[in-house]
Amino acid sequence: MSKTAPEAEKASPLSGFSVAVATVAVVAFAVWLAQISLSAYLGTLLALLFINVALAVSLNLTNGLSGLFSLGHPAFMTIGGYSAAILTYPERRKSVMLPDLPEFLATNEVALFPAVLAAGLIAIVVAIVVGFPVLRLRGHYLAVATLGLIVIVQNLATNWSGITRGGSGLSGIPRLTTIWWAFGLMVLVIAVTWRVKFSSLGRAMMATRENPLAAECAGVSTFRVRMVAFVLGAFFAAIAGALLVHLISVITPKTYSVLLAFNLVVMVVIGGTGSISGAVIIAAGLTVLSETLRPMEESLGLYGMSQVIVALSLILILFFRPQGLFGSGEPIFIRRFFSGRFLG
Amino acid sequence: MSSEAIIDANHITRRFGGLVAVDDYSLQLMHGDLVGLIGPNGAGKTTAFNLLTGVLKPSSGTIRVADIDLTGRPPHVLARHGIARTFQNIRLFNDLSVLENVMCGGHMRYGAPLLATLLQIPSFWRSEQIIADRSTEIVELTELSALIHRRAGDLSYGDQRRLEIARALATEPVALLLDEPAAGLNASETRILIDLIRKINEELKIGVLVVEHDVHMVMGLCRRVQVLNRGKLVAEGTPNEVQSDAAVIEAYLGTRRKGAVHA
Repeated sequence: MSKTAPEAEKASPLSGFSVAVATVAVVAFAVWLAQISLSAYLGTLLALLFINVALAVSLNLTNGLSGLFSLGHPAFMTIGGYSAAILTYPERRKSVMLPDLPEFLATNEVALFPAVLAAGLIAIVVAIVVGFPVLRLRGHYLAVATLGLIVIVQNLATNWSGITRGGSGLSGIPRLTTIWWAFGLMVLVIAVTWRVKFSSLGRAMMATRENPLAAECAGVSTFRVRMVAFVLGAFFAAIAGALLVHLISVITPKTYSVLLAFNLVVMVVIGGTGSISGAVIIAAGLTVLSETLRPMEESLGLYGMSQVIVALSLILILFFRPQGLFGSGEPIFIRRFFSGRFLG
Repeated sequence: MSSEAIIDANHITRRFGGLVAVDDYSLQLMHGDLVGLIGPNGAGKTTAFNLLTGVLKPSSGTIRVADIDLTGRPPHVLARHGIARTFQNIRLFNDLSVLENVMCGGHMRYGAPLLATLLQIPSFWRSEQIIADRSTEIVELTELSALIHRRAGDLSYGDQRRLEIARALATEPVALLLDEPAAGLNASETRILIDLIRKINEELKIGVLVVEHDVHMVMGLCRRVQVLNRGKLVAEGTPNEVQSDAAVIEAYLGTRRKGAVHA
């Protein structure tokens, strides 16, 4: 190999992998300690935090790496949430709550894992169908189109009452999501996004983000690359949505709204579009912030204060550090730590 | 026409509303050819270029690459068949490093598919290694080694032009189309560029089409020159033939109006 090749190439692929596995093990141990020592409320909060991190990182895969300005995450979360909830819903209660379900759904009750997987697969199909027209749009047009997707899915959920029980939503969904499900999803999403980012495919995505025409002329099928990013994002959004409804045990057409899309985009923008570390830190930080502010909001009567803080910090970031806290890269010490990858 | 032609563009025309930007343009770029395309401002050079690379679709006419009809196909398909290009207004992946920019060019040839990437099976690491090795070679060839980890957007203008060529080379082209590669370069940078183009043409045996404003550069560099004026091909031949062609002189200097006062 030539003398100018980056030194990271010399590291064995295994060293990066073992560092990652060790890190996951250490964090998992911390989670286990937290779980046995914390209250049920804090345990749920931690699970929520993990799911939020998974959502922000998966949106970063779609929006940050390939430069799609998609707001479609809540739509896929709604699809995933309903799909999984209908599958896991207790059979004896289906006849009361959902009397109009088709035979094969009404008489079956599925475990969480296959239900979540089915939710993800349904989202993949929807994302491909929606992606064909929508991914030909650029920038703001794509944002508006995916915003429309949220509205369409919400209306579908409201009006397709035989399946979804309409506007009143489904309640009493079994509380199957444990902290480990949420943790597992977070690890999966981070691992997938990291692997994609530091690969030829990821570079093709970033090339598409940086300059679509030049990417196209360098042989990158920008449509296909965008589709891969969009579908991966939708898959993870649906799984996150499915796990979340099994944590809060209720879903209505408005559970995952445009506001959530805004919050997720804010996490990505503040963290830095394309930066996995940034998305993780900001998603975790904002979740903790909004939960710790909640009692204060109640005692002071300042409801929505956390939203104001989020919006203000977005404005400040856009003014003073438009590329986000971490830019589009990962901090040097994190890359060193997980080295053993190209340019790692 | 000939099976030797890498690019065989036949009578391509492109209209924008009422304006005929390129009118009945033809090009046979042979293996190892070095052709210049010149013409005054607004002659349709860049449009012709965009037609040849699939960025624009021709209103009529056909484009064949190595005997395969690729008329109206998108740029990445033409790139796959060996047509690489640079841009008049530089288009790099500014936020990526020099090496990463070049590596992007290797994606379509060697990039691992999604599943291999996610599972990181051995074939993934092999393809990453191939891309890294080849890109490093190309970076050396284009003399960008010292800047390999620099952010592309931070490079000087001349280095950015060379990086664009490097990225184009990473697609392993049979034909390289350069859109005003010397625009904005100083004399010494232009000399380096000319040497690089010669090296690409002679050592790598890549057919080159250079669109240029600078007539002198084209005349010194190219073996064959085409002259475009108002969208039409007005002359084609060796530099010497073209230089003495009346239509070319007219295109560049205009005709003397009857009765005009000669200063």
